Amino acid sequence: MSMEQFFTRLEERVSKSPVKWFAPLIEATHSFLLTPGRATRRGPFVRDNIDLKRYMFVVVVALLPVIAMSIYNIGRQAGITEFWPAIWKGLMVMVPVIVVSYAVGGFWESIFAKIRGHEINEGLLVTGILFPLTLPPTIPLWQVAIGISFGIIIGKEVFGGTGMNLLNPALTARAFLFFTYPGNISGDRVWAAVDGFSTATPLATAAATDGNAIEALRAGSMDYSWLNMFNGHIPGSMGETSTLAILIGAAILLITGIGSWRIMLATLLGGLGMASIIYFLAGSSATGMMSLPPTYHLVMGGFMFGTVFMTTDPVSAAGTNTGKWLYGILIGVMVILIRTFNPAYPEGMMLAILFGNVFSPLIDHFVVQANIKRRLRHV
Amino acid sequence: MNILSAKNMKFVKDPLMDNNPISVQVLGICSALAVTVQMKTAVVMSLAVIFVLSSSSLIISLIRNKLPSQIRIIVELAIIASLVILVDQILKAYLYDISKQLSVFVGLIITNCIVLGRAEAFALQQKPFASWLDGIGNALGYSMFLLAVAFGRELLGSGTLFGYHIIPESFYAAGYQNMGLMVLAPGAFILLGLIIWLQRAVTGTVSE
Repeated sequence: MSMEQFFTRLEERVSKSPVKWFAPLIEATHSFLLTPGRATRRGPFVRDNIDLKRYMFVVVVALLPVIAMSIYNIGRQAGITEFWPAIWKGLMVMVPVIVVSYAVGGFWESIFAKIRGHEINEGLLVTGILFPLTLPPTIPLWQVAIGISFGIIIGKEVFGGTGMNLLNPALTARAFLFFTYPGNISGDRVWAAVDGFSTATPLATAAATDGNAIEALRAGSMDYSWLNMFNGHIPGSMGETSTLAILIGAAILLITGIGSWRIMLATLLGGLGMASIIYFLAGSSATGMMSLPPTYHLVMGGFMFGTVFMTTDPVSAAGTNTGKWLYGILIGVMVILIRTFNPAYPEGMMLAILFGNVFSPLIDHFVVQANIKRRLRHV
Repeated sequence: MNILSAKNMKFVKDPLMDNNPISVQVLGICSALAVTVQMKTAVVMSLAVIFVLSSSSLIISLIRNKLPSQIRIIVELAIIASLVILVDQILKAYLYDISKQLSVFVGLIITNCIVLGRAEAFALQQKPFASWLDGIGNALGYSMFLLAVAFGRELLGSGTLFGYHIIPESFYAAGYQNMGLMVLAPGAFILLGLIIWLQRAVTGTVSE
């Protein structure tokens, strides 16, 4: 009996049995492993190899280098210098967080799928892995469960499920944890998977400095040189540390056409532009954040991770091409503004992207209106 | 229990569920966010609103036939403001601590849309007794949500109810933490939204 036959028979049997409650779950497993045998019956038809599952799966593939690097880096930040023990330590920290995120997220997805009477959507595939990557390695598992519950229910299902959400669900979940349990997601004690070990992230170091931030970054025990931060040998949230790994993921997203190059480029330009303005205008009275060269902002904190994987979320981003540029630039500028001028948050990526998400429908609206106005003149 | 006729009963019952000022008409949200961090302040606020709303509806209904319509808003506001100042002075005299915590929000009952809304929409057309009942019903509907939100916020945000510790120490020892978000205003928004969601799921009403 092939797997196809097995699933077809199982579905038939379950849909008639008293346990038909589980039908969506089996359907989800089936379509995840194999192509579903059903085709759309009524038009319009789109002939394309890519469907929601493949779309989402490419993002997960693009995240694999990031996951690999972060597993290694968690071990290194915990003070393990040998290669394999560091990997083992990283696995021990990261796998439970990912498992909890997928399990609890899947639980809510199946409940809503059951109530609404549709199949389980693949949107969770990406949300369930992006969310753990934005958390510090020391995050307690029950907080992961609460966070992903909030992200799925309030961030997504309240608006009608996959494709209807205003905000990125993974970031909604992170923002909820950030404001609900600030002690577990910010500060100096959460970035290394060792009890009671205190280490400041590069951004926190720069924010705490009064004079030249580059010297302060080099002066600490970790040596935050540009190259070290680019490679990812720094403390930080699990997925954000290695810019190198993120760029590999970005290449995969851009080559397959899944991630929008306009948004990525616009965010990059917005961030670089704002950082340059501040850097060159700051003068001698510069605070630590102002004295950071623009290129440093790109490798510190979650800037690149957010740019590549979060801003490009097709649901919560702007949809029109002009809108994508505006949306990206808005986020890039906001990140640098929050980082530089808000003393409470040395990292601005999460709030900047959520801010951009909220504005994207408005941006799209005005782009469409402008287009209508322009073309009406030729009528 | 037939103290009130069926028609009069409707004035009290309707605003509790089907036409609730907070969950259906979405009025008076501002104070619902501001005073719901603790149960104690929410209870005092509820009592204040019950007094102000029922009295103002009664008084405005009593003078409704003598009231020139050009100046009715300012007269209504003068009546409401006098009642609110009365409440504010009583709180300052007898419940000084809570009056401190409620700060400007007692004064802001004047601008609470529910109070002026009921005066305009109901008390100007109806007889005094019906207006009084309508005022009480709407204030109770408001209080119900205020207390529900305050219950959730104080329990989750501080682990207490009326200042008494509810969550046992052993929970904290096991790693439980208070939710910091619930003490902030967004926590009230989220709880209020969840309660409204629950109410609409139960009653099946969709307002558009």
